[in-house]
Amino acid sequence: MTRQKLCERHYTMNTSKTLPRAAALLAVSLLALTGCASTAAPASDDSKPAGDVVTIEDAWVKSAPDGMSAAFGMLENTGDADVTVVSVESNVSPMMELHETVENEAGEMVMREIEGGFVIPAGGELALEPGANHIMLMGLENPLVAGDEATFTLTFSDDSTYEFTAPVKDYSGANENYEESDDEGMDH
Amino acid sequence: MPAPAEGAPTGPGRSTRRQLLLGGAVAGIGAAAAIGADYALNRSNTEENTAPSTPMNGDEKVPFFGAHQAGIDTAAQAHGVFVGLDLNDGVDASALVRLMRILTDDAARLTQGTPALADSEPELALSPARLTVTFGFGPGLVARADSAGPGWLAPLPAFGIDRLQPEFSDGDLLLQVNGDDPLTVAHAARMLLKDARGFATIRWTQQGFRRAYGTERPGTTMRNLFGQVDGTTNPEPGTKDFDQVVWAEDGWLAGGTGAVIRRIRMDLDKWDRLDRSGRDASVGRSIANGAPLTGTKEFDEPDLEAKTAIGFPVIPQFAHIRRARGDDSERIFRRAYNYDERPLGAEVSESGLIFVSYQADIERQFIPMQRRLDELDLLNEWTVPIGSAVFAIPPGCAEDGFIGDSLLS
Repeated sequence: MTRQKLCERHYTMNTSKTLPRAAALLAVSLLALTGCASTAAPASDDSKPAGDVVTIEDAWVKSAPDGMSAAFGMLENTGDADVTVVSVESNVSPMMELHETVENEAGEMVMREIEGGFVIPAGGELALEPGANHIMLMGLENPLVAGDEATFTLTFSDDSTYEFTAPVKDYSGANENYEESDDEGMDH
Repeated sequence: MPAPAEGAPTGPGRSTRRQLLLGGAVAGIGAAAAIGADYALNRSNTEENTAPSTPMNGDEKVPFFGAHQAGIDTAAQAHGVFVGLDLNDGVDASALVRLMRILTDDAARLTQGTPALADSEPELALSPARLTVTFGFGPGLVARADSAGPGWLAPLPAFGIDRLQPEFSDGDLLLQVNGDDPLTVAHAARMLLKDARGFATIRWTQQGFRRAYGTERPGTTMRNLFGQVDGTTNPEPGTKDFDQVVWAEDGWLAGGTGAVIRRIRMDLDKWDRLDRSGRDASVGRSIANGAPLTGTKEFDEPDLEAKTAIGFPVIPQFAHIRRARGDDSERIFRRAYNYDERPLGAEVSESGLIFVSYQADIERQFIPMQRRLDELDLLNEWTVPIGSAVFAIPPGCAEDGFIGDSLLS
């Protein structure tokens, strides 16, 4: 939601009808090149811990009977410095990882633990979504059923934390292979 | 790249997410697309300078949260999908809470033009076009919640005219999805069904239509496929009369209502053989404008005592409106949709009406009327009820609640 608002503001500003058409076109192109991330840089005390300036919108977790699953959402950083998520914990899985999805040498999309954690740019966003970056639940203790909620705690490089809950939803996608393993239980 | 032009702003404040898509499209396709975008901007600027900005139909939204569920007192949209679901074995009260929380969240987002969580076709959610989602609970669901429904929450009594088919009857959970855009409606229905899939299976689906958006002035009484003006005596939403007819006042259903959904097959091929005066007489109204045969305008009050010169009733004894009319307590609010499907045999039509009525008390308001129509109504010559379902429509909910929380919490 916030992402949409940021983008709207950006777009509206750059295409107001007082601008010549060519400028408006240029603005559209720039928007496309830079994304929305550069839009808002609200004044923020950069001494604030990362856990105070990061939020997640539209978080959800994929249901699973056992084994693995994944959580998604839009991470937003309202601070004026980049922040890095270095680890995550959850009440539903003792083993957790931060994953990226990349193309391997065979041209397949595979997921693997991301080196250095998730970086959320200053005043920007990081999308966690199926087929891309996501929070990986490596060992579910109980079935994760639709309509339940799971709690997550992100830890940042400055040791601050941010806790959120996400509803569980049934979802047929998010089936990338896990790079460091064979085929067992990879349907997350 | 003509498509984004449709979403281009028609006023300075009219930004939508489609503009974000426009930006993405320029990046993805390059210079050729940029020329398209230039054209789009040019065109919308021209429109802006010459005409007042007109909201697009797709942007219109019906609020989701509130005392009552939307989709009942909402001016009927052009398209409707009704789905009856059977709960899976083992779905208990706590599972129902999970189900209704998810479905409520989906509906709250989709009706406001926001993709549902985990929406794999988010672009299809961006034009709500007055989308509403209305949930109804059948007797089976209320039993699973270890609760008791109102006394009328049960299949209707068997009527002599009924030829009910199980594939259009009953069900534990109703999803009623209405909107002015069929693609939006289809997407919303599918999103809800994906999230219900772990809890329930589809028992029946009925798709219906009315006039397209903008064809007639809002508030015009609908016509069914017999050509009849259908729904003239409806109470008017927003009036005390409507509130009394429709909204229940007791228990967990307070602020909700009762829904009767009956699939009425209409034999258009047989109706073709009936001349105009016969058509008028069968209903007791003029096909031309819906006026009672004793009046000249649609909303004229019928005079059931009026006699012809030779002493016969002007509105015949067998006429639908005479038979339907009961005392003041036997009133309902109709919100029907037409259906028109592929004929199976040598006939050229398989058509009818998804009769939908809302009333606070089905036993008191609906059943006596239906008994009279069952006994005598000339329209029965051309119509056959082939499906029937009854649901309790729970009240609306607050933003931190969910539909059904008055029953399930």
